[in-house]
Amino acid sequence: MILSRSIRTAGLAVLLSTTAGLAGQIWVTNEKDDTVSVIDTDSLEVIQTYETGERPRGITFSKDYSRVYICASDSDAVQVMDPETGEILHDLPSGEDPEQFVLHPDDTHLYIANEDDAITTVVNTQTRKVVAQIDVGVEPEGMAVSPDGKIAITTSETTNMAHWIDTETQELFANTLVDSRPRHAEFAKDGTQMWVSSEIGGTLTVFDTATQMEQAKITFEVQGVHPDRVQPVGFEFTKGDKFAFVALGPSNHVAVVNAETFEVEDYILVGRRVWHMAFNADKTQLFTTNGVSGDVTVVDVASRKAVKSIKVGRFPWGAAFRP
Amino acid sequence: MNAYLTSLSAIVKREALRFVHQRERFIAALVRPLVWLLVFAAGFRAALGLSIIPPYQTYITYETYIVPGLCGMVLLFNGMQSSLSLVYDREMGSMKLLLTSPLPRWWLLFCKLIGSTAISVLQVYAFLGIAAAFGITMPLIGYVTVLPALVVAGVMLGALGLLLSSFIKQLENFSGVMNFVIFPTFFLSSALYPLWKMAESSELLYKICAINPFTQAVELIRFALYANFNGTALFWSLSAAVIFTFVAVWGYNPARTGLAKRG
Repeated sequence: MILSRSIRTAGLAVLLSTTAGLAGQIWVTNEKDDTVSVIDTDSLEVIQTYETGERPRGITFSKDYSRVYICASDSDAVQVMDPETGEILHDLPSGEDPEQFVLHPDDTHLYIANEDDAITTVVNTQTRKVVAQIDVGVEPEGMAVSPDGKIAITTSETTNMAHWIDTETQELFANTLVDSRPRHAEFAKDGTQMWVSSEIGGTLTVFDTATQMEQAKITFEVQGVHPDRVQPVGFEFTKGDKFAFVALGPSNHVAVVNAETFEVEDYILVGRRVWHMAFNADKTQLFTTNGVSGDVTVVDVASRKAVKSIKVGRFPWGAAFRP
Repeated sequence: MNAYLTSLSAIVKREALRFVHQRERFIAALVRPLVWLLVFAAGFRAALGLSIIPPYQTYITYETYIVPGLCGMVLLFNGMQSSLSLVYDREMGSMKLLLTSPLPRWWLLFCKLIGSTAISVLQVYAFLGIAAAFGITMPLIGYVTVLPALVVAGVMLGALGLLLSSFIKQLENFSGVMNFVIFPTFFLSSALYPLWKMAESSELLYKICAINPFTQAVELIRFALYANFNGTALFWSLSAAVIFTFVAVWGYNPARTGLAKRG
């Protein structure tokens, strides 16, 4: 017993010494509990739970991490919370049923997908006013903005398109077809690529940003899982955009995609209906939200192994990192 | 004291020699758990993961779950094999020779137990090595911390074999051991399925599984493979080992077996 204790203590000491100074938090929205859970990235435990509006989903921090924006979908509001106290400071006008959003690099403009209204709402977080509303396809969801801030993307679940928005004019300049039910979009490689996941289509489509032409399509196959259950949703890139970690929904696996070759290299078993994810500070750990099992699985990025699953609220959905 | 050590080294060497000479036995001992791991577990592959139970901290595949149970299987079958060889030895006379030694009988049986446990542990490590080659790995530290657990479980199951052999008069009766001891011991345990699954179907079966010493041995190994300590499993495994050893020594009592009179 003493031996096992000392081994564990030694292990913990090594872990702490390697991550010292990189302590942080992962904030997770719990869709059915109307709360956010705060996980400490060192202890891998929930250290705080805060109340939010109804059905919180998308979550993101301001550049200086002094504000956290939360899509309270059923409250039809984007809530602004003080992450130090958990106090809701005020709501932003968001349009109906905000599901996902993305903060522009200018740290001021939020691009919000309004699922029920088929529009993308642009809100100025300083003046708290709607700057523009852009008609997009039916059931918009995935949101992304290029690193230079010139292009915003909305994906529409039913129209099956990625809509390219010029952020200067707030108008669409291109629409590209993707596979069925696009859920999430991200820019990669300094904005030269734009990736979109298609939940029902079961694919990831990679676009060349300059031409908006399809560059690659990635498919998935999890051993022992029916293809219908392999549904790519959220994804994030590792350091240097070398690999993409892709949540595969009800297949309960996260895929590791080589972003150079577009080959799937690994599948990692996580909790049930894995949805979105966030990295820790140095991107050595990945935290995935598992909706049905109500937990967050911590994946060691280097070894590509799940190390722990942490119970949070019911139906965890979005995740964001805070130092 | 020297005589004790000489007998220990002689008996362990004899076990090792017998093992080395019977390569088929080594291969058979490895093939059995590997068939379970690579065929049975593949068929039952819970790709969607098993619920989290200690010592696991996240979701695991079925292959990962049954590895400790299959380690226990290696120890169980080896313990039985060793007892089978005792029955054979007794029929062929070499056992009589061994038991006519001036050393106490309990010491000779204990040496036999140590010898068979050492062989069992080696087999388990060979099995773990092959499992790792197929990508079913444990934390590195687990391969070290599992050693004492394997020794305790190996001694306990070896003692069970000794106990049985003391009551089996003829080699032919050994098939009964397979049907009435090995299979129920293996299947009524946490080796192949978590006990909570068993509780879902039958509370009685769950209780039988929970008190099965083999379950305790498997759980001891399972926790040790993840560098965790399971005091309850250790206590029950050790208790069972002590009880089995005492009954086996009593079973081999010359006054009871009549070996002394005839020998």
